[in-house]
Amino acid sequence: MAEKITGAESLVRSLENANVEVVFGIPGGAILPAYDPLMDSKSVRHILVRHEQGAGHAAEGYAAATGRVGVCMATSGPGATNLVTPIADAHMDSVPMVAITGQVPGPAIGTDAFQEADIRGITMPITKHNYLVRDPADIPRAIKEAFHLASTGRPGPVLVDITKDALQARSEFVWPDTIDLPGYKPTTKPHGRQIKEAARMIVEAKRPVLYVGGGVIRARASKELRQLAELTGIPVVTTLMARGAFPDSHTLHMGMPGMHGTVGAVGALQQSDLLITLGARFDDRVTGRLDSFAQKAKVIHIDIDPAEIGKNRIADIPIVADVREALIQLIPAVTAEFDAHNREDLTDWWRTLNHWRETYPLGYDIPTDGTLSPQYVIERLGKISGPDSIYASGVGQHQMWAAQFVGYENPNTWLNSGGLGTMGYSVPAAMGAKVGCPDKTVWAIDGDGCFQMTNQELATCTINNIPIKVALINNSSLGMVRQWQTLFYNERYSNTDLHSHTFPDFVKLADAYGCLGLRCDRPEDVDKTIEKALSTNDVPVVVDFQVHRDAMVWPMVAAGTGNDEISFARDLAPKWEREED
Amino acid sequence: MPRHTLSVLVQDQPGVLARISALFARRGYNIESLAVGTTETDGHSRMTIVIDVDEHALEQITKQLNKLINVLKIVEFDDESVVARELMLIKVRADESSRAAVLQVVELFRAKVVDVANDAVTVEATGSREKLEALLEVLQPHGIKEIVQSGVVALARGSRAMGDHSLRSADRTA
Repeated sequence: MAEKITGAESLVRSLENANVEVVFGIPGGAILPAYDPLMDSKSVRHILVRHEQGAGHAAEGYAAATGRVGVCMATSGPGATNLVTPIADAHMDSVPMVAITGQVPGPAIGTDAFQEADIRGITMPITKHNYLVRDPADIPRAIKEAFHLASTGRPGPVLVDITKDALQARSEFVWPDTIDLPGYKPTTKPHGRQIKEAARMIVEAKRPVLYVGGGVIRARASKELRQLAELTGIPVVTTLMARGAFPDSHTLHMGMPGMHGTVGAVGALQQSDLLITLGARFDDRVTGRLDSFAQKAKVIHIDIDPAEIGKNRIADIPIVADVREALIQLIPAVTAEFDAHNREDLTDWWRTLNHWRETYPLGYDIPTDGTLSPQYVIERLGKISGPDSIYASGVGQHQMWAAQFVGYENPNTWLNSGGLGTMGYSVPAAMGAKVGCPDKTVWAIDGDGCFQMTNQELATCTINNIPIKVALINNSSLGMVRQWQTLFYNERYSNTDLHSHTFPDFVKLADAYGCLGLRCDRPEDVDKTIEKALSTNDVPVVVDFQVHRDAMVWPMVAAGTGNDEISFARDLAPKWEREED
Repeated sequence: MPRHTLSVLVQDQPGVLARISALFARRGYNIESLAVGTTETDGHSRMTIVIDVDEHALEQITKQLNKLINVLKIVEFDDESVVARELMLIKVRADESSRAAVLQVVELFRAKVVDVANDAVTVEATGSREKLEALLEVLQPHGIKEIVQSGVVALARGSRAMGDHSLRSADRTA
């Protein structure tokens, strides 16, 4: 009979078997047994963070940058509840993540014991699946299933809650050979007849658009997307979650659609007669009012999650499949149609698209008083640091500007909290991305509001030699909320002034954390400040870009209105119809 | 809105009822009736869920339910091809003057008396919802002290069972 080991040893051995290279976490009473054997693991590195939320977002950043499963760990009660925000975030953005939490001993469950929280119950609605493990013999199976569930089908977070007595008790370690989940069989292969139908519809469309969502990045389907786009000459729009799935520099790329999308991308969807929807979910930030969204368009909807199809918009051709596998079959099907001389001429469609693109390019005003424009900072950052860098943003104005002005050429280089909109995501996510991709330059493009929610992870970065760079777009306010107050609340700025041009002193804060702190408030200093940050690689860098606070994100579709009511600047609406040239 | 009856085969594991009922709550759908019990297979439970929703909502519900890892199969029954029953216990006033009349009603409805006191009887009745409503209506004038009711349980008519492929899965796109 094999040797018996503790549940804690069993957990660490399971993580090793699951090829985990890094765990972000904080120990505490209930998870403590696991931390003892973890210290001896040769292959699993544990990074001690400063707040469990940081552990969760770091695991997300690691996962989003590498495509692998991110792992975070916390103790029971408050440790576990501090993971709730990143777990919800990972659930909304389909991030593969495994969260491991300690639980009070089995006999204490239900007694309101010290640091007891029903984290399995709490996370039921925000995980793909979760476990409460009370028997050490069940640990390997739970961990193996958790990694399988997190990384296959539509990816998502899985939580494994393990009681302290299960971590302490002994059992024989058996790593299961197979996975037995009879209720989990994701459909990855598309239906051949549906693919044929889709191909026929694609070649017959006069104003088709490839509406690309984050699923294309999760499915690693960028190459196939590009093949289909170049084969057909169909315009591409990439949603906030899909930035980088298709090169921004590509002539077929119309940019980002949605509330702050380009006029060209929004117009392309609105005027389209066929949306070829790839791993996207008709989110309200993309569609605006659903009843006025792309009214003339038929819909091909390819998604691995059947529940997304028909949820917000009825699909004419539903295809449940892994989007990469679907594209691999769609490309020859479309080629066959072309070979049979079925092809619509898209010249007129492109004439319209190019007209919008030329008439309403993305842009911004430079302040006349010599203060710094936030968009200019972000644009220069993208230019100088380049498309091989990874950019993780927080949530708000700076996020939208980072989505608009950095310029993405590669998948997995743009990380953000799209669905949940979690302020504080940026610094820990950048940290996780840097751990996963140590040879890449990783920028956190953060706001001064967001930054003050999670910046304690700078200590983690300094101590563990994780030299991220933070571009703090400091407008001294909760900028996006302030923008809405400007537009919809008569410029009554209730509780959005953070005074962060003066407090705290972010350069001193950076210094206190062992980072290089830089400040920049003049346009002429932007390039050399970025270059200084790029040439510093022994410690993390924080650049306090003190920017103009009245800058606004344009274009904008106001909440609750339809996409046709987009403004490309304040009170300026585009004309969809092209005047005859 | 039309009433739909779903039969949901699940793994019998702790928390599975919470997962299912919470899913309805958070997606904003109301459960009209829910019954859970063991099945012919060890480790499987079967839930009968009755909901009042339109077709679009029904499709969303079944798809979302199918995403739960512990859900094995969902079948939607239509009214013609199903045997659906619920159980009701009714405590009704019945003293010497009214007992005979009450017992006659019980007999007419093929219900039975399961407990007798000086001034009340407890009636056990099973049947379709319509039958139970009719019974209540007739007993009402005698004075109903309390009622308790089970959820609906339902099976398809004929020889087919839920494990057979011939029964239509409620998930229409997968």
